[in-house]
Amino acid sequence: MQELINRAKELLADGTVVRVLGWRKGDMDYNPEVAYFNSAEELDNFVYDGFCGANLSKYMIEASKLEGKTLVFLKPCDTYSFNQLLCEHRVDRDKAYIIGVGCRGKLDIEKVKAQGISGITAVSGTELDGPDSIKVSTIYGDFDVAYTDAMLERCHVCKGKEHKIYDELIGESKDTHDMDRMAAVAAIEAMSPTEKFAYFQAELSKCIRCNACRNVCPACSCRKCVFDSTKFDSQQKANVDSFEEKMFHIIRAFHVAGRCTDCGECSRVCPQGIPLHLFNRKFIKDIDELYGKYQAGETADQRAPLVNFTFGDAEPSIVNERGSK
Amino acid sequence: MQRIGVFVCHCGSNIAATVDVKKVVEMAAREPGVVHAEDYQYMCSEAGQAKIAAAIAEKKLTGIVVCSCSPRMHEATFRKCAERAGLNPYMVEIANIREHCSWIHKNMEEATEKAVILARAAIAKVNLNAPLKPGESRVTKRALVIGGGIAGIQSALDIADAGYEVDIVEKTPSIGGRMAQLDKTFPTLDCSACILTPKMVEAAAHEKINIYTYSEVEKISGFVGDFTVDIRKKARSIDANKCTGCGACQEKCPSKKSLSEFNRGLNTRSAIYTPFAQAIPNVPVIDREACIKFKTGKCGICSKVCAAGAVDYEQKDEIFTEKYGAIVVATGFDTIKLDKYDEYAYNQSKDVITSLELERVMNAAGPTKGHLERLSDGKHPEHIVFVQCVGSRCSDERGKPYCSKICCMYTAKHAMLIRDKYPDVKVTVFYIDVRTPGKNFDEFYRRAVEEYGVNYIKGQVGKVAPQPDGSLLVQASDLLDNKQIKMKADMVVLATAIEPDPSVRPLATMLTASIDTNNFLTEAHPKLRPVESPTAGIFLSGVCQGPKDIPETVAQAGAAAVKAIGLLAKDKLTTNPCTAKADELLCNGCSTCANVCPYGAISYEVKLINDHGVREDRRIAVVNNALCQGCGACTVACPSGAMDLQGFSNRQIIAEVDAICR
Repeated sequence: MQELINRAKELLADGTVVRVLGWRKGDMDYNPEVAYFNSAEELDNFVYDGFCGANLSKYMIEASKLEGKTLVFLKPCDTYSFNQLLCEHRVDRDKAYIIGVGCRGKLDIEKVKAQGISGITAVSGTELDGPDSIKVSTIYGDFDVAYTDAMLERCHVCKGKEHKIYDELIGESKDTHDMDRMAAVAAIEAMSPTEKFAYFQAELSKCIRCNACRNVCPACSCRKCVFDSTKFDSQQKANVDSFEEKMFHIIRAFHVAGRCTDCGECSRVCPQGIPLHLFNRKFIKDIDELYGKYQAGETADQRAPLVNFTFGDAEPSIVNERGSK
Repeated sequence: MQRIGVFVCHCGSNIAATVDVKKVVEMAAREPGVVHAEDYQYMCSEAGQAKIAAAIAEKKLTGIVVCSCSPRMHEATFRKCAERAGLNPYMVEIANIREHCSWIHKNMEEATEKAVILARAAIAKVNLNAPLKPGESRVTKRALVIGGGIAGIQSALDIADAGYEVDIVEKTPSIGGRMAQLDKTFPTLDCSACILTPKMVEAAAHEKINIYTYSEVEKISGFVGDFTVDIRKKARSIDANKCTGCGACQEKCPSKKSLSEFNRGLNTRSAIYTPFAQAIPNVPVIDREACIKFKTGKCGICSKVCAAGAVDYEQKDEIFTEKYGAIVVATGFDTIKLDKYDEYAYNQSKDVITSLELERVMNAAGPTKGHLERLSDGKHPEHIVFVQCVGSRCSDERGKPYCSKICCMYTAKHAMLIRDKYPDVKVTVFYIDVRTPGKNFDEFYRRAVEEYGVNYIKGQVGKVAPQPDGSLLVQASDLLDNKQIKMKADMVVLATAIEPDPSVRPLATMLTASIDTNNFLTEAHPKLRPVESPTAGIFLSGVCQGPKDIPETVAQAGAAAVKAIGLLAKDKLTTNPCTAKADELLCNGCSTCANVCPYGAISYEVKLINDHGVREDRRIAVVNNALCQGCGACTVACPSGAMDLQGFSNRQIIAEVDAICR
């Protein structure tokens, strides 16, 4: 972590960048927050540990409009989002100085709490070069939790330790992939329509429409979201359907289809613990099956299958056939 | 608020027999914005249109809904009517209560309910309509004809005779197409080449016609009146300007084992070849896959014997770009593959051939120099069996569901010609039905039966089995006598189904022209616009649109030419004002719309935007109205909903859906 701070201070000092986009200590050890640092002094609050899951790519949309370059720290999976935003002309590559930071998987405090641990006062050992288990201090005493047992779901289906875009790299990364990414989607696909509806109704009815998923999503970067616009009649639909949440989430999934890099931020920030990423993964699975493997954000200049046409594309009849399977 | 008039058409009994039109009027009158509603027997008639015009004037209507047939039929009629009455033509909406409603329903109550709902949707839409003004675009006075068979040649000649430049693009080394492969033509039995070659020569000599053989269309962009086409001239390896067509190269070429495409693979040709004697241009091509020089680097005999020095092994494919106002598609047909018809032993016996192969066998320039002989042993056949409908009118996936239309007649022709030239040969024809509608067609068939003694048996052949003695055992059913028959034959000729040339599929995609499930190009209207594609500026000539014989093909080729001439004769075209438009405040500048636009109509510019007081430079999508065809692909792809289609805005569509779901 100190290496990151030192390097940031250097880049600020030599004028390469005028600000730093990173994470700042939160009120608890497990909730650091995204922050800009404009001076060397401010960087004293900089933190980079296992709880720094937040994907900073989306913040670069606004940073691209500011004067001067911004130093941004991107984890391997965050670089996909950055590339995707480059594809869509939403960020300016020339306004970003990217340090690819090492990552050994990010932590989910809910996973810790799910082990029956409560009254947490401190968590340590979550640094990049930390031990295999983290130490959780509570008002009831200390507990050791294996690092992998506290990891976010998305890290168990890690896309790989490689940074797809960067100016320099600091820190070793680890591929933490140890689960089948599409297993949960396949399980839902196997349900009957009635079961599916019941499943989604049960999950989505927890939604309180706080918009956290939309606000954090790098693909949800429209200047004006359709759900906030008076131009569309999507607003007043809210109170005419007892299961209105489905509209919001299904429309959102359609809007990010083919553009979602599966960064998992939507599910990470959902205060209700809804597995929102499954919608997006279903689209990814369908795209992979119908048009061949495609990873949004793999490069900054690729054409997504849904907005591209080739003679090799699946025919509509084949799409229907496979879709009905 | 709009002042809307609703006009419900009876269409005689077409609508009124299934839909309670009075009820539709009554219900429509209650909709918001509607100030006038009436019904009439024929709204499209002069009296009907007068009623609309009168209502527009009297009730000061700002928009109208006509509940009638498909907008494809009469939208233009009612728009013009509205325009004459002083209303913007884009303030007219059609509720299709005929094709979408009365024709497909039996129950009056249900049909009426649906008609009311369709009217309600159209009213909801017209409430949000805004007057639109069409623009103008120019017409390039040049036509492209794709395919150099009889259809393409005829279309090109007719367009060129009207004074317009025409380019023919033909993928094989010569124009002439399938007709050049035929021996005689029904029902007059005149020699195919004798009537085709003068046309080929005329096309080649025509000062307004440019022929690009051994060439293919690579890319098409633009729209009616202003297409831009990339054409690939494949490397012929011969300098056409130097070649004298002497033929020495072909004679001396040591690689003579390639199957002749022109003779349907029944004999071989040299690696450097002209497909047939009357080929136009009379310039050979080198088949680089067969050429020893290209395969091993050694040989070069053709170059040595060419006195004109025309052989050029270094020649490369050349792509050139040309602009056209109209495109005629004349890509023709091929016979289907018979791989799935093992019962006819086509792949097992050389003496089982397709009718098109028989044409080559009967032709003096063919593999047997015109002698009727078995291809296996060269023996004179005693009995020939013709099998009709091989792959045509087929209910399973092996064949085609349609009738190939030409087979009954050419089979009668073959049978007659054989009986005429070789009276000793017995000819049997197995048929399902003999279909001979056409001038002098039935007389022709009857002559085959009555004068030439051809044995027609109603029934299908179940199996053709090659026998150890070299003959073929034909097992069939005789449906009239209701018995199974077995007969020995020396040759079996299969009237193989025809299908559109496979090149039409990628071409249709490039043209954005629709094709049906059998890969035939779809016409704009099956009865009233049979030679136009639904895509403006694309015309259909010959079998690419559906099976047809030579006279029909020539007639259609002429009709397609007339339609193309009608387009080329215009100086300006009125453009559709229903084009896409980006809302600058919502546009993210993400390029998704430009990626999906099939017409290349969307570009980007960086513009200073004032978004409620926030001024910033933003990358914004800009639509070129001349290029935009209003397909709407961008509007659905746009994640922020910034892209909207004028005349079909997102709000209008949602209003229609809401009106239907109400």
